[in-house]
Amino acid sequence: MELILLLGSPLVGAVLLALYGHGRRGPEINALFSALTFLAACALTARVIAAGPLLLGREQFLVDPFNAFLVTLTAFVGLTTSLFSRPYMRIEAAHGKLSAGRLRLYHSMYQLFSATMLLALTTNNLGLLWVAMEAATLSTVLLVTLYRTPASLEAGWKYFILCGVGIAQALFGTMLLYFAAERVLGAAGVTALLWTHLDAVKGQLEPTVLSLAFVFLLVGYGTKVGLAPLHNWLPDAHAEGPTPISAVLSGLLLNVAIYAIVRCKVLVEGSLRSALPSQMLMGFGLLSMVLAAFFLWRQRDIKRLFAYSSIEHMGIITFAFGMGGPVANFAALLHMTVHSLTKSAIFFAVGHACQKSGSQLIENIRGLVTVSPTIGWGLMLGALAILGMPPFGVFASEFLILTTAMKQQPWATPLLLLALGVAFAAIFSKVQPMVFGETNARRLPHAPALLPVFVHLAIVLVLGLYVPSYLAGWYHDAARLIGGP
Amino acid sequence: MNPLPLDLQLLNACAALLLLLSFSMLAQRRTVNLVHLLALQGALLVVATLIVAWRTGEPHLYLSALLTLGLKVVGLPLLLHRLIRRMNVYWDTEPVINPSGTMLIGLLVVVFSFGLAQPISALASTATRSTLGIAIAVILLSFLAMITRRKAMSQVVAFLSMENGLFFGAMSATYGMPMVVELGVALDVLVAMLVLGVFFFQIREQFDSLDLYHLETLKERE
Repeated sequence: MELILLLGSPLVGAVLLALYGHGRRGPEINALFSALTFLAACALTARVIAAGPLLLGREQFLVDPFNAFLVTLTAFVGLTTSLFSRPYMRIEAAHGKLSAGRLRLYHSMYQLFSATMLLALTTNNLGLLWVAMEAATLSTVLLVTLYRTPASLEAGWKYFILCGVGIAQALFGTMLLYFAAERVLGAAGVTALLWTHLDAVKGQLEPTVLSLAFVFLLVGYGTKVGLAPLHNWLPDAHAEGPTPISAVLSGLLLNVAIYAIVRCKVLVEGSLRSALPSQMLMGFGLLSMVLAAFFLWRQRDIKRLFAYSSIEHMGIITFAFGMGGPVANFAALLHMTVHSLTKSAIFFAVGHACQKSGSQLIENIRGLVTVSPTIGWGLMLGALAILGMPPFGVFASEFLILTTAMKQQPWATPLLLLALGVAFAAIFSKVQPMVFGETNARRLPHAPALLPVFVHLAIVLVLGLYVPSYLAGWYHDAARLIGGP
Repeated sequence: MNPLPLDLQLLNACAALLLLLSFSMLAQRRTVNLVHLLALQGALLVVATLIVAWRTGEPHLYLSALLTLGLKVVGLPLLLHRLIRRMNVYWDTEPVINPSGTMLIGLLVVVFSFGLAQPISALASTATRSTLGIAIAVILLSFLAMITRRKAMSQVVAFLSMENGLFFGAMSATYGMPMVVELGVALDVLVAMLVLGVFFFQIREQFDSLDLYHLETLKERE
């Protein structure tokens, strides 16, 4: 029931908004459906807390500790982003950047995007997972090109082709997985792609096929995660699309893609009984981190800057899942949560900052604190949080990852420290003048509504100091489920 | 040595033709012909699926053949032809690497694919396993075509050809994917094409051309 509501409400919302999204109340309807989805996610979560993991709809859907918190997180950020987008998109429309038709497209696709991500998270069928991931790409392509500028068209095309090709590799990987499963589970065809069934027999799956499948799956879904060297689409898509979309792409879609990789990794590792998948994850993770950290220096566009920061953080998470084991997995899951909240908060603040100064270039945005203290402090606190300053949650997860790396993979420690240090210097040196620099702009007459930013940052702060027991319990269960070499 | 049964011989012939078509796609520069080749590839896929369906008696393969026929032989080529006519993009420009060079790389790709398919074919229990190498070759050759083409339209045709290769691979390794997945994939491909249609018009409206040369300005700035 909760599940039907969870997946149904964004779908109904998408249809309804496709018809009425351009109306005066479009943004409110969008927020309303996001709120409904969030309520459904809460109800589902409550049920999982009470009754443990659930298998629903003829085993086609699975809610276990690993995805329960991601579902809630996705629905929550979906809701706050829709609240942020309400005034934001209205101003964009008032500036004449968007026509009524495009606003309708935007609202409808926003709901559809939520639906596909929730489907990807809750499905137990690896084939459907693929379908949902592809649908998530398709629903956002037209959002990236919403402004129809040459740059946004280029970003959209890159996004479409790169992710399309990437996801085709993932389909081949899924096929190989099915091929291996069919030999064990029989040609029934119905159960052979269900994750729970595969998990039960993972020890008997053919290792050669699975290792090949994993390469394809990692490359395929890794393109969506933005792992280097497959990350080219990510900064463009983030920079050229509307800011609410950058927030959900960075905060949610990347998480979902990592989720897909980790689900597959569990199966492959169980079959291979070797460290190959872990090593591949660690390698890709480290490469993404280091590469993104150095690219951060060269960015002049504030949204590109934080897009590269997302690549860096996805690298950290991938690396942590690669190390495996209870502590690293716990830290990776925590990092997924706090990164998603912090990064979307930053994009909210950045969105307002760009809107006020009419430019995305860092050099054109100066002295935010004098123009509007809310935006300025929101951005500063967000940047400090994402850079891993205590007492925010990112510090806790990065600290755990770093200490585990020192114990388990000492060779990687210098690289991790290097990447974190370079990223810190790069981002801080760019954000500091934006917030505190000299400006001759006048103070805004009224403060913008930035409640979502501070709500997100408050949650991140709380998670840095204290993780609620049931959430910690989920993290522990999920960490055990994911295992490690 | 026993000769192969007739249906398997036919299937192998289909596979060989698919490979040949992939090579001709690499060389073809007229977009209209590219779309013809794509439709032909789809038709071969339908024939191959029907042969396998007849051999195994799996009902869902008939459905899958019908789906392929509707979508890849009739639907998408029609859509692409309309796009070509309305946007007047009959010719692709000179590819990034010259055709003979591309062909040579293509040959290496085929050898590589057969090597890759070897361990999987050895494990497969399907009668069609020998064609798996060709399926992988088709996928990788389409990939090559995507890399070497400059026009958006040719890239899209290559992308669809890759999808054909994937389906062929699924069929030769496992007699197709479960129905839910196949339907989902077909839906995604269809939506992708619609999105693409919209996209093409946007690109053209903006640049007055479908040359991807225009889409190379977003690079890392020094």
